[in-house]
Amino acid sequence: MNERRIGSVPRPLRILLPTLLAVQLTFSLLQPRPQARADQLSPPPPLPLARVMTAGEPIAFAQMLTLYLQAFDNQPGISIPFAALDYDTVSAWLERILDLDPRAQYPLMMASQLYAEVPDENKRRQMFDLVYRKFLEDPDRRWPWLAHVAIMAKHRLKDLPLALHYAQAISTYATGTHVPHWARQMRIFLYEDMGEFETAKVLLGGLLDSGVVTDPHEIHFLIEQLNRLSTADKSSTPSGN
Amino acid sequence: MLGKALIIARFTLLEAVRTRLLWVVLILFGALYFGSLFIQHISVTESARMQTGFLAATIRFAAVIVLSLHVASSMVREFNDKGIDLLLSLDLPRAVYYVGKFLGFAGIGIAIAVVASLALLGATSVGGLVWWAISLAFELVLIAALALFCVMTFAQIMPAISFVLAFYLLARSMSAVRLLSESPLLSQSDMTNRVIAHAVDALAWCLPNLDQFTATAWLVDSGTPNALAIVALQTCIYAGLLIAAGLFDLYRKNL
Repeated sequence: MNERRIGSVPRPLRILLPTLLAVQLTFSLLQPRPQARADQLSPPPPLPLARVMTAGEPIAFAQMLTLYLQAFDNQPGISIPFAALDYDTVSAWLERILDLDPRAQYPLMMASQLYAEVPDENKRRQMFDLVYRKFLEDPDRRWPWLAHVAIMAKHRLKDLPLALHYAQAISTYATGTHVPHWARQMRIFLYEDMGEFETAKVLLGGLLDSGVVTDPHEIHFLIEQLNRLSTADKSSTPSGN
Repeated sequence: MLGKALIIARFTLLEAVRTRLLWVVLILFGALYFGSLFIQHISVTESARMQTGFLAATIRFAAVIVLSLHVASSMVREFNDKGIDLLLSLDLPRAVYYVGKFLGFAGIGIAIAVVASLALLGATSVGGLVWWAISLAFELVLIAALALFCVMTFAQIMPAISFVLAFYLLARSMSAVRLLSESPLLSQSDMTNRVIAHAVDALAWCLPNLDQFTATAWLVDSGTPNALAIVALQTCIYAGLLIAAGLFDLYRKNL
């Protein structure tokens, strides 16, 4: 043992050390808890500087930026209303994170599921637009967020043309084999919601004829939908008599 | 006793001068200044703000690294040369030796803070810079106490510096970690989340709140650093705690 007994430490020091530790703990406890403030969110670093700051680890750095941004979303006990944040800055942060880590899903999840939940239509549309623009850069990987946004546009904004625009984008650009049929068929049901039964019928018929759908249950469901659309179309067409 | 401590402090400062620490600091800060010019050059907007922000943040971190490396290498050299054995064989209490060393390293830290503020002189207003420099001096005094404690405990450069850096980074990011651990996005009914949040709180109480020190915002945004009194108080308490812990360790050592 290369150490002397504790008794060899002068008595004042043996008292001073725990006393100072107690002072430190008291001091820390008396400090206000850290709070995130919406106005403290400054713009992200420019992309060239951000790339330098990654030090060759863009993914890890992007993840740190994501957590940093997330720290501004909440404070102990009470969530900062997302609407209090400057959405231009939030968009810039999300875009910067995606620039550094294009395969990350977290930023678009935040955009579509968190920031787009605010009761402010302009801010919602800003997030929808961000998700749409970013979807176009990598449709096969980012379609789930645009699908969510399309549903939000329909139900929250009651903006069927916008929802249809997003649904059409999924159908047109998300052509990977793992993209489910329901996502690509979404536009058909939106046409139906808009009363455009003929267009919906054509699209649905084309889908069935294409042979893309192979699951018997799904084919049965789509045929049922086609029949229902035909009935709806006839009943909505004015009688010639 | 104070006289003896001041003599040791004076020789610690002299050692820094003779090992050309000032030149190392000047070259490092000069390189960072040129780096900040590059940042200013590539910035599309707010170029002066970007330059100041980059320079202040990097100089602050560089000052911490340089000071802790100097403290560790100086003390390890003293261990290897048996200088500490020689000094303590004289009529010199261990506490006086330790406090003298701390005062010397703290003086070096203050000198580095002055040089750092000179490097920023042309890039920002003098008002904010004075507060920033005072806060950096407090921060470096705290780092001097931390590095001295670590090297006294570990007696080797690598583990001592690793501990200092880990401690420093953790202390600076603790507020953000606390915010994240208490996120309402996480399920508060989950026992694990609550335990982690309490553990993070407990850890934060034991660390100095370095995120309140030497804020770049004081330089780039006009505003009074109300936190300076807190910074001074925190430095006194935590440096005192580290000195007491280091002394406790030194008194238990068999030399």
